[in-house]
Amino acid sequence: MSQNSKIGAGLGGVVLTAGAIAFGAFLSNRHQNRGYGDAANHTKRQPEGDTAQVGRSVTIRKPRAEMFAFWSDFSNLPQFMENVEAIEAGADGVSTWRIKAPAGQTVAVKTEIASKKQDEVIAWRSVEDSEIETSGEVRFEDAPGERGTRVSLVMAYDPPAGALGRAVAKLFLREPQVQARHDLKRFKMLMETGEIATSARTRDETRAAKQENG
Amino acid sequence: MMRALTWHGTNDVRVDTVSDPEIINPRDAIIKITSTAICGSDLHLYDGVIPGVAPGDVLGHEFMGEVVETGSASDLKKGQRVVVPFTISCGGCFHCKQQQYSACDNSNPAEKQDMSATLYGQPMAALFGYSHLTGGYSGGQAEYARVPFSDVGPIVVPDHLEDDKVLFLSDILPTGWMAAENADIQPDDTVAVWGCGPVGLFAIQSAIVMGASKVIAIDHYPNRLALAKQLGAEIIDFRETNVREALMEMSGGIGVDAVIDAVGMESHGFAIDNMFDVVKQKVGMGADRASALKQAILAVRFGGKVSIPGVYGGMTDKWPLGAMMEKGLQVRGGQTHVQKYTKPLLEKIEDGTLDTTFLISHRLPLEQAAEGYKNFKEQQNEWTKVILKPGMEN
Repeated sequence: MSQNSKIGAGLGGVVLTAGAIAFGAFLSNRHQNRGYGDAANHTKRQPEGDTAQVGRSVTIRKPRAEMFAFWSDFSNLPQFMENVEAIEAGADGVSTWRIKAPAGQTVAVKTEIASKKQDEVIAWRSVEDSEIETSGEVRFEDAPGERGTRVSLVMAYDPPAGALGRAVAKLFLREPQVQARHDLKRFKMLMETGEIATSARTRDETRAAKQENG
Repeated sequence: MMRALTWHGTNDVRVDTVSDPEIINPRDAIIKITSTAICGSDLHLYDGVIPGVAPGDVLGHEFMGEVVETGSASDLKKGQRVVVPFTISCGGCFHCKQQQYSACDNSNPAEKQDMSATLYGQPMAALFGYSHLTGGYSGGQAEYARVPFSDVGPIVVPDHLEDDKVLFLSDILPTGWMAAENADIQPDDTVAVWGCGPVGLFAIQSAIVMGASKVIAIDHYPNRLALAKQLGAEIIDFRETNVREALMEMSGGIGVDAVIDAVGMESHGFAIDNMFDVVKQKVGMGADRASALKQAILAVRFGGKVSIPGVYGGMTDKWPLGAMMEKGLQVRGGQTHVQKYTKPLLEKIEDGTLDTTFLISHRLPLEQAAEGYKNFKEQQNEWTKVILKPGMEN
């Protein structure tokens, strides 16, 4: 009996110690403002950091390398990013994104590559003279089994100010979460089916044609 | 320009002149329609209980015809006769690769996916001629249709099989077959089927082909019950019989092994819960009437199987959740994975195992489509299945 209670007390002590270590780790994580749990920051009820963040993941039945190569050439992106008219690469490594704005205008967002790791991640951020401050990241990870690749897009932006900012916000940033989600779905369609689904009956009724014709 | 059946509001469909469909994407094909049917689920649109339908939408999701134009990536050839599945599926995504074609990730345009994703957690795939929740694609009750992913969906049918024999490969035959498959029928099983509309009748026929020892059909239209009897089912008229008691007797006091709800969200019947649900549906509170399904859950035996081919869209109340859990039921539903079944079922039509023509009560020119809707809704006893023929003389 007394032997058992000694073992019990010993075990209790071990459990308590383990618990204290875990709780300490939990507190220190919180202290470092990293939060806890494995969910992406943009899915938190109160995301950390100063900029607004949006993000989305999709699973695409294609190898990582193929999609990384496609994204590496930014001039491909307007094929599925509906509000981006063109992306031109400059010799200085700065890309100019021409975003569609009201009355046939475009707004230029200038970005540079912030980091790039082959077949894993491409991150970009706006340069100083860009009209909009923004940053983004697309990440490619193997999905389980035969499922292909998990592609995660996260974008952060400072809500714009001024007349121009408001005009752009209307089109580009009004609902960035929706835009990111739709663009990523269109990317998936393009990769998996070679085309982007439309329920239009005639060519004049497609979204692209309607945007073109105002 | 072409003629097409368009939706204008509750109980209001018209044959209008609309623009011809065009090839838009590389995998598209244009089909000149020779036969197209009115489906029971079209009546849900007609009754105005499905959200996301817009005036001018071309309805129809059961159709077949001749290939007249192909996109650069289509593998169809001009002149081929094809039956088109009502589900639009890309063939290459996660769900399609598992033959869950009606859950295709890529057929519903990105900007149309949000509403169903909010309703169901993930977005729905696209269907022809239905709600904008499922893409808002123009349907097949028309002279021509644009068919996306034409290299995956349409099945080429041999010339010696006339339209009436193969048209139902587009929806109701695979739907009835999958309903029976979802009921996981074993050789000694007694299976009860609520609703002797086209899907219910095909589910009955399929259950018998799959070897069920007894199939019991439940409806209140004498003509439809007669068709069920002709297929080999025992029948119950729910207007004059206590269904649950009858099923207990017919299954020797065990309860039926499997139940199939081929009725769906606009269930008839005089149950108290149903009357509340009718009111809520009419005032737009969106409760699905589910009295057939509730009855089925009580009628099935412990450890039994529940298959739901009937269409539901929203929520329902007073759900027999306790019965579902305590009885250890397996429940399976879903829109039909049509592309999975077209080939094997075409073979069963060719070798005579399955007949689909017994169902057809009326053949009308497309111009008379509105009349077809009205009668299919109001005279369900006689109008069991309507086929519209765009080429037929008025």
